[in-house]
Formats: sequence, C-alpha cells, structure tokens
Amino acid sequence: MANIHYRPFEGCTTGFYGVLAVLAGVLLAALGAAWYMEHNGHWVTGMTNQVIWGTPHVFAVFLIVAASGALNVASISSVFGRALYKPLSRLSGLLAVALLAGGLMVLVLDLGRPDRLIVAMTYYNFKSIFAWNIFLYVGFFAVVIVYLWVMMERRMNIYSKSAGTFAFIWRLILTTGTGSIFGFLVARDAYNSALLAPMFIVFSFAYGLAIYLLVLMAAMKGASRDLGDVVFTRLRRLLGVFIAGSFYFVLVYHLTNLYITQRHGIEAFVLLDGGIYTKMFWIGQMLLGSLIPMVICFHSGLGKSRSLVALACLLVVIGGLAQMYVTIIGGQAFPMQLLPDKTLVSSGFFDGVVAGYRPSLPEILLGVGGVAIALLLTAVAVRALPFLPESLSDTVADPHHKTT
Amino acid sequence: MTINRRGFLGISGAAIAVSAVAPGLRLIELAEGRAPDQAVTPKQRWGLLIDAAKCADGCTACIDACHEENGVTGNNRPATDPQWIRKVTVEDNTTGFRQSFPVMCQHCEHPPCVDVCPTGASFKRADGIVLVDKHTCIGCRYCMMACPYKARSFIHEVTTGQKTHAPRGKGTVESCTLCVHKVDRGDNTTACAVACKKEGHEAILFGDLNDPGSEIRKRLKQKPSTQLRPDLKLNTGVRYQGV
Repeated sequence: MANIHYRPFEGCTTGFYGVLAVLAGVLLAALGAAWYMEHNGHWVTGMTNQVIWGTPHVFAVFLIVAASGALNVASISSVFGRALYKPLSRLSGLLAVALLAGGLMVLVLDLGRPDRLIVAMTYYNFKSIFAWNIFLYVGFFAVVIVYLWVMMERRMNIYSKSAGTFAFIWRLILTTGTGSIFGFLVARDAYNSALLAPMFIVFSFAYGLAIYLLVLMAAMKGASRDLGDVVFTRLRRLLGVFIAGSFYFVLVYHLTNLYITQRHGIEAFVLLDGGIYTKMFWIGQMLLGSLIPMVICFHSGLGKSRSLVALACLLVVIGGLAQMYVTIIGGQAFPMQLLPDKTLVSSGFFDGVVAGYRPSLPEILLGVGGVAIALLLTAVAVRALPFLPESLSDTVADPHHKTT
Repeated sequence: MTINRRGFLGISGAAIAVSAVAPGLRLIELAEGRAPDQAVTPKQRWGLLIDAAKCADGCTACIDACHEENGVTGNNRPATDPQWIRKVTVEDNTTGFRQSFPVMCQHCEHPPCVDVCPTGASFKRADGIVLVDKHTCIGCRYCMMACPYKARSFIHEVTTGQKTHAPRGKGTVESCTLCVHKVDRGDNTTACAVACKKEGHEAILFGDLNDPGSEIRKRLKQKPSTQLRPDLKLNTGVRYQGV
C-alpha cells in the first residue's frame, strides 16, 4: 500500500452547494413536519392505536441499522487488517456517525413527548432493551468519534486496531439491541424471535455498504478523484456477499415460521395475501432489494458498469426500506389473537382485522429528513476535514496491480 | 394431677406471654389496613373476574361507565380515539360458537409493558395494578407494541374534560387503571363492575385475588377460569369464566 493522502473535498462548485441547499431544504421541511405532528398530536398522521409505529420508524430503524453497517469498511481495515480498505476507513466512520444521527433525529422527533428527551436520559428501566439502546446509541457516537480521531491523528494511529476492535464489538452489540427491540416482543407473531438480532446485523452489512458505496462514488466523482477498479470491484463483490447473507437469513426466518403451525397466519399474510405487505415483500424486499442487486454485484459483465452498481446500491436501500416496512408495519397490521382456538370476529377496536395504515406526508417528510441530515452532515464534514483519500486509483490501492 | 412449682411458673409465663403478644399481633394486623397516605402492599392483588356467559350481547354499560368515570373522550375518530375497555366477540374455530366479553388492561403479574418501558413510566403497584406515570412517559409507544391485549391507547390529540383523578395528556399512553382512585378510596369496586351490576348482568366482579375469603376467590375456586393469552404465562389479574 502506497502512502495514503487525504484532502478535504475542494472547489466551490455550484453542484456541491446545490446539493447542500436541497438537503437543507428537505431537513427544514422535516422539522416543519415534526412541529406540525407534535403541535396537533399524532392523529394527523397515518399512525393509530393499531399501527402504533409508522413510517418514521421505518426510516429511523433503517438508518440506525445502516449506521452500524457503514462502519464495517473501517472494521475490515482496522480489525481484520485488510490494507486495501485503509483509505476507505475515515469515510466509513463518518457515515456511521451521520446515519445514526439521522435515525435518532427521526426517532426522537416522533416521540409523543419529544420535549421529554431529558426524561429518557435520566430515568432508566434496565429491563428495557430500549433503555439499553439509549446507552448503545450515545456510546456509539463517542466510540466512533474516538476511533475517527485515532485514525486521523498520526500520533494515535498505533491505537487504531484497538479502537477499531472496540468499535466493531460495540456495533455488533448495538445492532443486536436494535433487532431485539422486535425480537423481545412476545405478543406479536411477526416478532418474538432470537433470529431478528443476527438478521438485523446481516441486514446492516448490506444497507451500510450500499450507502457507503453510493456516497463514495458520488464524492470521488464530485471531487474529480480516481476510484479505481480494484477498490470498486472489491466493494461491489462484498456487497453481493452481504446481500446473499441477508437473503439467507430471510429464508431461514420464514422457513422457521412456516414450520411452526402457530405462525402460519402471519406467514400467509406476508407471503400470500397481505396486500401491500405481500407486494412490499416480494417486489420490494426480494426482487428489487435482493435478487436484482445480487445479480448486478456478482455478474462480471454487468458489475463493470458504475451506473448499474450505483443502481444496485440504490435498490438495496429501497429493498431495505421495504423490509423495514413489512417487518415494522406489517407486523403490527396483522391481528393478534386473545384465546387459543378462537378467532376474534369483531370489536369496537379493530380486533381480528388487518389494521389499515396509510403513510401521511408529514411522516414521510420526517423520515426523509433523517436521510437528509445524515447526508448533510457527511457533506459538510468531508468539506471541512480530510476524510476522503486523494486517490483510490488502482496503483494507490494495490501497488502490485498490473493493468492488463 | 399435681403441678409442681416449675410447671406452674412455665404455664403462667406462657399465658402471660400470649396475652401480651396477642393484642400486639392483632394491632399489626389492623395496622396493615392501609391509610390513604400509606404505600400499597403486596398483601392485596386486585383483579377482576369476568363471566362471559353473563355478558349481554350489544350491552356497552361497562364501556360507557369507564369512559365517564375517567373522563375518556374521543373525537369521532375510531382509529385514534382512546379506549380503556372494549367489547370483543370471539368465535370458536371448530364449533362456530360466538360470545362477547369486555377486554381491558389485564393487570399482569409479569406485564410486558412494564418490561419494555425505557423510563419506567409503565409500572406495577405492589397491589398488582399496572399504571402509567404521566410525568415520565415520553410517548415512545413501545408498551403498546408489547401489550398482547391491545389494552393501551396513545393520546393522539389535545384532551378535554379531564378528571382530577385520571390525568390525561396528549403524547402519552394510557389504559385502564382498575379505577385505582376508587380502590384507594376504599370503594372496593370499579366503575365497569358497578355499571354491569346496575344493568342486572353482574358479569364483572372486582376483588382481592390474594384474600381466600373474598367473593372473587370463592367464585374462582368454584368454577374453571382462564386468562387471555394463557400461553404467555403473564398471570393476569383479570380472569375469565365461561369462555
């Protein structure tokens, strides 16, 4: 590995400021939407007493999961000693922090009482995985910021392996915590499974890397810096492996549920007759989010096209949002049973029927706002500090590389 | 039979001890009857027994009384309006037999809502009543995700007509309090039970599940009963007969 040089994103290009302006505009709209929902109460959203967590949670959980996954690139370098990933590490840590900030912003602004955030920070019930997650999320910021400092301050470089290992373990625990938000819910058929924690970890690998690759391609192109085929191909194939891993976990999750008679109802709902949720699963999560990007990433011909791989990354993001929609909203829409061998046929409270849910504009705006702030933070940071390598050309990435 | 001096002293000593300690024990018992400013104790476990066979189809007296008692009002938006108690109709999967009964917070011994609440706002009193501390609820709704009975409502909009004994605030979660204000007052009943009795059905009985002499315990001993979602082993404070 040649000596790596990093430089802030330069040039007052109108493109860069244009992107900043658009992101700031989306963020403002999101804050306005949050104010509107908080001011009027949640009845103005699509959320109800049946579908309790809506579109904001789809975005928030996706971003939090993606945040831990975005750190993987740095972990591969620091923890597993792969030199090729070293110049990619700083951006990886930055994205992890930015995506988590985006997810948390959405989560907090959707609370019924966002003004009571201080209560959430001062009163704890340690049996709650949510309470643990507050520590895991806040700790993740601290751990990754220290890790970034160790990577960026030459004198501290010797500690990058230990800081990286600590951050890697932290992120695994963090995603375990996020998956367990659902895994620990005994009441609902779609959740209540230990599989959700490792499954969320594998999802995070794919989501995080897809976003990482998209941002890396955009940033290197915007800065007119080289992104050679060696790095590009390695990341593309790795993304393919992560998508395949996610696919495997989804397969095992559904096969397990299909084996458990008690869960045939929820499986039929998701796989066959759940309307929007079935479509989201097959078209969104499986076809767009798994199969097509997997083919692009593994196919030596298609995979050469930068735009097709960018499309694959985008599809992984869309598929990830669809997956969260099916899990979070579909899981709540499916009715719960009260007594064995008896079906709830009616009630004054929507029992026994699939709960309706339509995402409202303010919810979508708030969710997209989370993505906007993550990208905004990233853009400002790469401009202010040397996060991006001067070059990722093949000779920089691999001095022994021979062009054929 | 002759009693020697030592025996006489022994018996006398025991008699004196019993007469001295017994009133004290009685006093302790009396002291355990709770004054309003004293903390609740696990000596009681308040609960309800609902006899589905007595619950009349189409009758909503319990719901109306509950919402009246606790100032629970809606805005004609069924999906977001709060419900502390509701009537459900279930159908037997094999026989098609239908019946209705009310469902409210089941006041579980092991409440999932309390387990998952990040701030501890969801809590269980020592006497088994599960409540929400309105000051520490941040409105995350995780308890609603966790409750197997859909017993909780999120307050989706500004509330009006609140009762001092049942504070309600937009952005927090609420549910049946087992008429805790009445329990603490010593009424020994709930609004739903009173209303049901007034209608002549007597399908809801309030009482202390820990007291072997209570009506609720006697009725539970006489006939089989069940809990909702018995598979979850939450040991609910609300029991059902005739389902």
